[in-house]
Amino acid sequence: MSTPVPDVPAIPDRPRTLAEKVWDDHLVVKGEDGQPDLIYIDLHLVHEVTSPQAFDGLRAEGRPVRRLDLTIATEDHNTPTLDIDKPIADLTSRTQIETLRRNAAEFGVRLHSLGDAEQGIVHVVGPQLGLTMPGITVVCGDSHTSTHGAFGAMAFGIGTSEVEHVLATQTLPLKPFKTMAITVDGELKPGVTAKDVILAVIAKIGTNGGQGYLLEYRGSAIRSLSMEGRMTMCNMSIEAGARAGMVAPDETTFAYLKGRPHAPQGSDWDEAVAYWRTLPSDEGAVYDAEVYLDAAELEPFVTWGTNPGQGVSLSDVVPSPDDFDDPNDRAAAERALQYMDLEPGTRLKDVPVDAVFMGSCTNSRIEDLRAFASIVRGRTKAEGVRVMVVPGSARVRLEAEAEGLDKVFEEFGAEWRFAGCSMCLGMNPDQLAPGERCASTSNRNFEGRQGKGGRTHLVSPLVAAATAIRGTLSSPSDLEPATVGVEA
Amino acid sequence: MDAFTTHTGVAAPLKRSAVDTDQIIPAVYLKRVTKTGFEDALFSSWRQDPEFVLNQEPYRASSILVAGPDFGTGSSREHAVWALRDYGFRVVLSPRFADIFRGNAGKQGLLTGVISEADVERLWAAIEAQPGVEMTVDLSARTATLGDIRVPFDIDDYTRWRLLEGLDDIGLTLRSEDRIAAYEARRESWRPRTLPVPPLPTL
Ligand code: SF4
Repeated sequence: MSTPVPDVPAIPDRPRTLAEKVWDDHLVVKGEDGQPDLIYIDLHLVHEVTSPQAFDGLRAEGRPVRRLDLTIATEDHNTPTLDIDKPIADLTSRTQIETLRRNAAEFGVRLHSLGDAEQGIVHVVGPQLGLTMPGITVVCGDSHTSTHGAFGAMAFGIGTSEVEHVLATQTLPLKPFKTMAITVDGELKPGVTAKDVILAVIAKIGTNGGQGYLLEYRGSAIRSLSMEGRMTMCNMSIEAGARAGMVAPDETTFAYLKGRPHAPQGSDWDEAVAYWRTLPSDEGAVYDAEVYLDAAELEPFVTWGTNPGQGVSLSDVVPSPDDFDDPNDRAAAERALQYMDLEPGTRLKDVPVDAVFMGSCTNSRIEDLRAFASIVRGRTKAEGVRVMVVPGSARVRLEAEAEGLDKVFEEFGAEWRFAGCSMCLGMNPDQLAPGERCASTSNRNFEGRQGKGGRTHLVSPLVAAATAIRGTLSSPSDLEPATVGVEA
Repeated sequence: MDAFTTHTGVAAPLKRSAVDTDQIIPAVYLKRVTKTGFEDALFSSWRQDPEFVLNQEPYRASSILVAGPDFGTGSSREHAVWALRDYGFRVVLSPRFADIFRGNAGKQGLLTGVISEADVERLWAAIEAQPGVEMTVDLSARTATLGDIRVPFDIDDYTRWRLLEGLDDIGLTLRSEDRIAAYEARRESWRPRTLPVPPLPTL
């Protein structure tokens, strides 16, 4: 431990990937003899579910939070999306929220509570404030932290003891990830969105295909996506088994960031942009694995099963277990079809739904709400279908209302809610009843995820909207010509 | 975390094998928001039984657990270690531990020593011959001594070093505090800061 060490670890002289560059720039201590590297964390996002024991651990050891100025907390998983001025009814939920409030006050952590304009899903709040930026490391006690990789940040979820570790040291001992390039070239057809691309990627590589890898999304189709679209893709990297996903920063990234409350200003901005331009993977950089998709072949996608890899084009039929060669896949399909109550061979477009959920950290940003509104504007929802629109943050809600989207949703017959995770997971009052079927813009269709016995079909905001109109799984191209593709 | 050199305390025989983490602490206790105060949760279903070893007066204050093989299997919950520690255990001896449990234990200052099955039987017999007898566990020498029985135990060098130094994961990282501070000193000013809070837009 006493050998003198250079202050700045050396940077290897060879072509490097985006991920390697970010890693190298955060090396505090290079691990020797198979020990992990010590990596500096630029931004730590905190929420009520995974933080209580971390703060309790600090308290027990008498440790402070090392960098309050790199830490920010919000309330999301347990927050109700109606009557937010009333006390939270569920006791466990209320305790978690109250504990976060007490801990934030005691340790001095910045917290955006229910009712505050910056409150919302942690992965919506970071980017919206301009805290998420290229070339940084971001962690949060939540697996969908991968969302922030859309900016060219290295962002991944951590467990509660790691939350405590980062609070106390602002670092994490980590071993480098392997890298996988996922290249999507070509032009997406109208009505095909980032959500469809990522569902197709997961169907292709499987829910374990990304295990141990950091995914980098590349190619002309990715370059053409908005920041919101890139966030949707990176968000679901975890559903392919990867801890993180990344997109190299470019002009789209810079334009999104500029002027946001925490974006660098003045000479800092210029310095930052100059650095960010050096981040894209070098010519000749080597990935541990590569996957290619042709954008032009992709169609609106929908899941039929109980994991995000069990998806097909919306114009297809429900597959049969016999379609799968692998006995495990076959058994999984059998179980999934039984849980989902679906017959092989049924056209997916004939599958009726009870509910449509438009929200979650995958698809609840202003652009997602605009896409949904563009389809439902001037229409009324199918009879008997419950439609919930839940903005990802209180600010997204305010923005939507400033544009009059709330009126569009209400006239359509949808419930316009307050911000939070809502029906993405059954941890707050927004849940499916047993047996109910839902077209959902969220990221997980696991058994019971949206409520005990609930059945989830993962879809894009455009498909969610068309489904809400027709009452069966549908894409905008199934609607009357007059409403097709308006600013979609 | 306190450094561990030697420990002397009452030894309790847990004459069961494959004690999984659900037995150590049932899932209902995972809803709590604290990291301490789990002593009531330890073996909570077994403790309903007045005959259970920890309900016997000589063992109520025990701090060394001598258990059958495959201790700590099942779910990876760290709470299992917290519950043992909060009850007052400093040492668990068993012929085999589940890997994740061992890892979690080492990080929380709970010594897990691997002893042979024959030694487990000898220790159980010796403890039951004089309930409430004290045992001394010497981490430097890797031995457990009870009366005239002295048994060796295995523990990997790295975990042993951490226990001897009293280093939890955070303590270990903080040994590189100077390197962290040096990194912070050269960090660019454009990188994000959550404080002070800048003016936030109104809508
Ligand atoms: S919206 Fe869903 S996936 Fe995202 S953080 Fe909340 S619960 Fe997790």
